[in-house]
Amino acid sequence: MKPVQLIKTAFLTLVLSGLFFFPRLSFGQKNSCLDCHSKLEGELRAPAEGFAQDIHRQFGLGCKDCHGGNPAQDAEDLAKDKSFKSAPKRAVIPEFCASCHADAAYIRSFNPRLRVDQLSQYWTSRHGQLLKKGDPKVAVCTDCHGVHGIQSAKYPKSLIFPWNIPQTCGRCHANADYMKAYGIPTSQLDDYKQSVHARALFEKKDMSAPACNDCHGNHGAAPPEVKSIASVCRQCHPSTGELFSKSPHKKAFDEIGQSECEVCHGNHKILSPSDDMLGTGKTSVCLECHETGSKGYEAASQLGQILTKAQIRYRQAEDILALAEKKGVEVSEPKFRLQEVTTILVSAKDLTHGLAVEDIRGKVDEGEKILAAVQEAGEKALQEAKFRRTGLLIATIFLALFAAALFLKIRQMGKSSPRA
Amino acid sequence: MNKFGRNFFVYLDERFGIQGFLDFGRKKKVPEHPSSFWYYFGGICLFLAGIQILTGILLLLYYTPSIDSAHESIQFIMSQVKFGWLIRSVHSWTANILIGVVFVHMFSTFFLKAYRKPRELTWITGFLLLLVFLAFGFSGYLLPWNELSFFATRVGTDIAGSLPLVGKWLKTVILGGPSVSRATLSRFFWFHIALLPLAAALIIGAHVWLVQMLGMSKPIGIDESKVKEISFFPDFLYKDALGWTLILILIGVLCVFLPWEVGKKADPFGATPMGIKPEWYFTFMFTTLKLLPSRILFIEGEKLAILVFLAAGLLWMLAPYLDRRASQEKPSPVFSAVGFFVCLYIVVMTILTYTVRGL
Amino acid sequence: MNRRTLLNAFLGGSLLATIAAFLYPVVRYILPPKQAEAVQKRIAAAKVGDLAPNSAKIFKFGSSPAILINTQDGKLLSFSAVCTHLTCTVTYQAETGTMYCPCHNGRFDLAGNVISGPPPAPLESYKVEVAGEDIFISKNA
Repeated sequence: MKPVQLIKTAFLTLVLSGLFFFPRLSFGQKNSCLDCHSKLEGELRAPAEGFAQDIHRQFGLGCKDCHGGNPAQDAEDLAKDKSFKSAPKRAVIPEFCASCHADAAYIRSFNPRLRVDQLSQYWTSRHGQLLKKGDPKVAVCTDCHGVHGIQSAKYPKSLIFPWNIPQTCGRCHANADYMKAYGIPTSQLDDYKQSVHARALFEKKDMSAPACNDCHGNHGAAPPEVKSIASVCRQCHPSTGELFSKSPHKKAFDEIGQSECEVCHGNHKILSPSDDMLGTGKTSVCLECHETGSKGYEAASQLGQILTKAQIRYRQAEDILALAEKKGVEVSEPKFRLQEVTTILVSAKDLTHGLAVEDIRGKVDEGEKILAAVQEAGEKALQEAKFRRTGLLIATIFLALFAAALFLKIRQMGKSSPRA
Repeated sequence: MNKFGRNFFVYLDERFGIQGFLDFGRKKKVPEHPSSFWYYFGGICLFLAGIQILTGILLLLYYTPSIDSAHESIQFIMSQVKFGWLIRSVHSWTANILIGVVFVHMFSTFFLKAYRKPRELTWITGFLLLLVFLAFGFSGYLLPWNELSFFATRVGTDIAGSLPLVGKWLKTVILGGPSVSRATLSRFFWFHIALLPLAAALIIGAHVWLVQMLGMSKPIGIDESKVKEISFFPDFLYKDALGWTLILILIGVLCVFLPWEVGKKADPFGATPMGIKPEWYFTFMFTTLKLLPSRILFIEGEKLAILVFLAAGLLWMLAPYLDRRASQEKPSPVFSAVGFFVCLYIVVMTILTYTVRGL
Repeated sequence: MNRRTLLNAFLGGSLLATIAAFLYPVVRYILPPKQAEAVQKRIAAAKVGDLAPNSAKIFKFGSSPAILINTQDGKLLSFSAVCTHLTCTVTYQAETGTMYCPCHNGRFDLAGNVISGPPPAPLESYKVEVAGEDIFISKNA
């Protein structure tokens, strides 16, 4: 063969080999699975439809890579050859997915950062443990990730995108009928939806707000034990946790085996803490342990008083500024200063976890100084509003007198000048 | 005391020649009849324009026309400068009242056919003044550089930009660039305190001169026996002054109970606030554009509407030459009907802007 | 004094009163207000030598808190101290040489960038100028 012909042949061979021997490059290749299934109805059609969005497809994988078979063959009996594995049963789905996803070397070739320990984690979870015992009702990979239309957790349409996670878990866990046999509550989703965390996640779109997996784990999902609840909360609330650890409550809670944060704040229905949680009123959490007259009761009473007084002073300042603004006086500067007080009060309320009454009193006093200045500014603004109204009255009186004088003059001229 | 006054007057008259003006003033007569109430509106426009000049000059003392400090300077005027809230609120309120009165003045002269011969040029200069004051309103509205004004300017200039052929060029010239920016603020400031005041002064000068030369127009076919004549000075002037005094009281009340807001500083990269619209006096055009379908026959709805408005404006300005019957001192009900529908359209479209959801 | 003169006096008097009522605010307006400038664009946050190396100070800039850091190598840096997560005030942690927000564990490096935690955006940096004894802070253009 001539050299040119040799090169051409080699090139063609290379290209054709590429197409045959590198399935990962087969993006445009024939896929009889999709061709057939997209012509079917209902459940059999769904995989073909959903697969267009699937993340596996983006990496060049196809039906064959999970289900085997021969996508080059149109005839059903030839397509579903010896290597064909039809839809796996629920009990073996974790291992089915893990056949790739637990293979570190294989996954590394697609996404070096993707974890490969999901299966081992899964076996430690309640779902995994019950599945091993033969319970088919528990969640397996496809229940949370979907199947045939699996999206990366980074995409908002994914079932496991942060703000979709509560709904995904809730599909089972909020279904009383489905969960009847397990004897655990099904109110978690409803409770969570009322919480500050849900508000942050759903309304403020704050992706850092916790959904179910942030406290329970992803694949190794299990309710945290009593001792670890505090650690779970401390992930995002370290300063509060530190204060609590330094307070007399820490030792006491450890001794009686109580779970720190959860006792006062709840677990799913964590609401915005209010001042009423302190003090000695009906909703005080302190009184759940501390009897009337005890040292704890005294401390609770003091804390309650300090914070209630601060809240009242804050409300006063806020009201006076609102009134001045309604009367038309510019009060944006004192309003900014009031925001500073909000920060200080939040900080003071945080300090309550440390139970150091004097520290808290000091913080509140810091805010009090600013409140005094704001109150003064508010009062000055009200005075200004009064000054304006008085000024208007005087000017209007002068103008009205002038108008009256004009009117009389006009009438006088009308009488004295003869009609044309 | 009186002698001193007399001597002082003679001193000035020998040098300025004031007596001539006073004689003209004394001779000037104003007719009085059932429709002469409408005569006051021209003077009110002038009075309000005077207030704008005075308060504008005062605001110039503390306002800075740069995007880094314009908003802050307005904040400063409203909160730190003594009576700054008053000067600024008067300026903002009077601007709106002035434009309203200009419309009343325009429609009253239209219905009274005061545009007919020989007062065609009075009408045309008047129409030009309407445009000048609308431009004052548009340029002034941007100067506080707050959220509403920034986006209203953007919306308004986008509409100008959609004119066929000249649109893009026109928008660039108005904005000083491709979009609302630092350059736009300087440019609008220049329009507002230099170019437009000069234009207004010249055109008002011509307009008032014409009114003085030609006197007040009387309704067509009015029964002369019913018409009384009073001297302009001091009789009519006292009546003028009464109207002005009442308007001052109104402005004072508005400014104390409804001071103009400072608003949020404009953020060019921020999202456009919902329901953004231009100032009320532009809304009849704005709402027309919003309500029209996007395509009429083969032309884009918006472009068609703009062209129709331009054509309508031109015809309106040329009314003196189109209204043959009025120029022959004959009643002209067709033009009255046209005027009525134009007025009705403007009122209805303006009201719709604020009452229809989702505009 | 006849009615005509009385009326003229009334007219003139009320006119003068009205003019006075208008001149008063105009004159007060023109007289300079106490706070000379509209916006405090540049403030003296501290004096040279106030801050030891590897320490920081919180001060008020405009209407929000700001932080002035004297780094380990003696460089002066300044940022907005308003955490971009939920607006708590950040602090300087000498042990880690980073800015830290105690509310939800947000952490920023000395360029203002977020290095961990929930804050979605970096801290705005401010310009530091030393003029004689004073350290002046102003916004970057």
